[in-house]
Amino acid sequence: MANNMDDGIDAQCIIKEGDCVVMKRGDIFKAAQIQKKRKVIFEKQWLFLDNTIGELYGTTFEIASGGTLQPRKPKHTESSTEVKKAGTDNRNIVDDGRSQKLTRDDIETLKEQGLKGQEIVQQLIENSTTFTDKTEFAQEKYIKKKKKKYENTVMILKPSTRILAQMYHGREPGKICYLRYDSLAQMLTLANIHAGSKVIVFETCAGLVLGAVMERMGGHGSVIQMYPGGGPVRAGMESFGFPEHFHQTLHDFPLCKVQDLLGGRLSQDAPETDEAAPPKPEQQSPEAENMDTVPEAGRETEERDKRREDKAQERKTKMEEKRKKLLAAAALLEPRNADGLVIASRFHPCPVLLGLLKFMAPSRPFVVYCQYREPLIECYTKLREQGGAINLRLAETWLRHYQVLPNRTHPVLLMSGGGGYLLSGTTVLTSPAQPATGPAHRAEEPSPKRIKLQETDD
Amino acid sequence: MSFVEYAEFIQEGDVAIIFMGHDSMFPVKVQQGAQTQTRYGVIRHSTDLIGRRFGSKVTCSKGGWVYVLHPTPELWTLNLPHRTQILYTTDIANITMMLELKPGSVVCESGTGSGSLSHAILRTIAPSGHLYTVEFHQQRAEKAIEEFREHKVDHLVTVLNQDVCKDGFGVMGVADAVFLDIPSPWEAIGHAKSAIKKQGGRLCSFSPCIEQVQRTCAALAEQGFGEICTLEVLLRVYDVRSVSLALPDFGPEDTLQTGLHVPGEEGTPAAPGANATVTCRTAMPPREMAGHTGYLTFATKSLV
Repeated sequence: MANNMDDGIDAQCIIKEGDCVVMKRGDIFKAAQIQKKRKVIFEKQWLFLDNTIGELYGTTFEIASGGTLQPRKPKHTESSTEVKKAGTDNRNIVDDGRSQKLTRDDIETLKEQGLKGQEIVQQLIENSTTFTDKTEFAQEKYIKKKKKKYENTVMILKPSTRILAQMYHGREPGKICYLRYDSLAQMLTLANIHAGSKVIVFETCAGLVLGAVMERMGGHGSVIQMYPGGGPVRAGMESFGFPEHFHQTLHDFPLCKVQDLLGGRLSQDAPETDEAAPPKPEQQSPEAENMDTVPEAGRETEERDKRREDKAQERKTKMEEKRKKLLAAAALLEPRNADGLVIASRFHPCPVLLGLLKFMAPSRPFVVYCQYREPLIECYTKLREQGGAINLRLAETWLRHYQVLPNRTHPVLLMSGGGGYLLSGTTVLTSPAQPATGPAHRAEEPSPKRIKLQETDD
Repeated sequence: MSFVEYAEFIQEGDVAIIFMGHDSMFPVKVQQGAQTQTRYGVIRHSTDLIGRRFGSKVTCSKGGWVYVLHPTPELWTLNLPHRTQILYTTDIANITMMLELKPGSVVCESGTGSGSLSHAILRTIAPSGHLYTVEFHQQRAEKAIEEFREHKVDHLVTVLNQDVCKDGFGVMGVADAVFLDIPSPWEAIGHAKSAIKKQGGRLCSFSPCIEQVQRTCAALAEQGFGEICTLEVLLRVYDVRSVSLALPDFGPEDTLQTGLHVPGEEGTPAAPGANATVTCRTAMPPREMAGHTGYLTFATKSLV
């Protein structure tokens, strides 16, 4: 299977060492990176991803003993368990817990003998006294259930917004403010995210929203990530495994400097001091302290001083770089002509939205996500009073999955109760002639009833 | 102006959206010397539109005013001339994400219809992707070509006037994604499969009826598609407003403990006695809403 380099297959579709990938089994996803001889935990199992290298994305692997992976033969699924006999209904099936003749220990022994999931399921069927009395549909369901339990497979996928949004929503919804993937889809579309635009993102969704925006921009244009606190959170974005040039389009700007920027005080700012530097995990510990314990004089001390100087120099360079980056982000914000604004955070959306709208060009869309409805009602009300935005809409989406099978199609029994709320709108110029004043703006959007219009072009 | 690139100022030949109030807007073709008649009076293109900034407030001849907006695929969806039933933004958003569309994607679509989804696809796949859109109705195909040209996205799209069920998409092994919105999608699954890149890609079929979905899913499974998944998305829009609620009068109280403590931030102090009310800001669902558009079935074609 590793001879995929031929006949026009994109090199991008082949799993390589260092790639960011997503492991999938059933509806369960987990992000990982391909590293040789590195143990990865997935669904309480240790596995090694070494053997995925050189295979195609989308391949399903069997987990063999010791956690090594073997690509599953594509024909395997079709040769699935053939069933000949079936009952008509369940009148003769009694739940006495005795229909399965194999015991827990028997199954464990089978596993130890190295039987594959498929073979174990076959054994279970053969040793079930009631299987042939079940209806055809019930048999199918039984096989599906047992397969899920005993088939030891994992699919390797290329990360995308679709997959990562579902992964986060399924695994750690708290980390993404319970943003459901269909709500994220609405945000990207309502904000008209596309290549070549300048987009402001403020999120506390682990970097998922940022990554989704960057995927849609395809490395064209610029993204400015506004962040609260010490530094921007980007783990979710990093799981996308974007190529290097994508990162060059990404800028960040601390929320706490927005007032300085708006007040024009940013450029006179003294270079930042150490304490403001966010503690980054990849940064080395500042000094090699254990040097001091070595009792040697002269040369050693000199060397130490030199080293310290180098460190200081290095830190200074880093500081300077950081400052340059800050100013570059400020230069993008300063003309106040951003093309899009996307907000999804655990902060109150009202001050965030009103603060960041100032950086937008007129006639551009913005969208705010909030897990709760009331803060967005407040946002809506404030914006109507203040002006500068039209086409306001508060909405949520409702998502339902379906089981589609011959004669057994129906909605899936469980559904998500809510995916959060979205406020979207379009910026407009506030004409300098009439400054925004409270109640007069109530009439900004004339009642639709009064309008009957014809369009005549000539 | 283009549907894939923002401009700051309105120019001759642009499409602009005249926004008159919620749910009331329409597109205009900006032409030197042209006039557009509205309820609030005339908009003169030469003086009122050309050279102005998108997002400006324009005062019409009778003194009323409107906003002029830059077109986006979403505004276009709300304003386009309907030649068929169209897909709306809620479904389009999910289709775009679930098909994993991004700049550079190659997409096959059928039918073109009124071009609502086509514009959204083009926006997302620009500047380097391509859309092959197949429409069996000749006038609709021609009209779509004309619109794509006017919207300056014609370099990203190929319109084919043929029957996708019979003749396919006119391309083989090039697509990252295929979208079907046709009466019998199961008849086009084979063509969809051969249009998709060898290494695989995504497929979506939109159908209003569950019987169509069943046949489509069966065809997808038969053709070896994986990750088959059917879902439905609805939009619930809220109307933000203040409501006032009357307070009940239980008659005078004996003790000093008078006046109910009324919750709600905008609560007006309850005047004792009759006719006391409290107002609160709330968001109401509409009395009626779109309860069904169509089922979206997604699937993956993979080489393995």
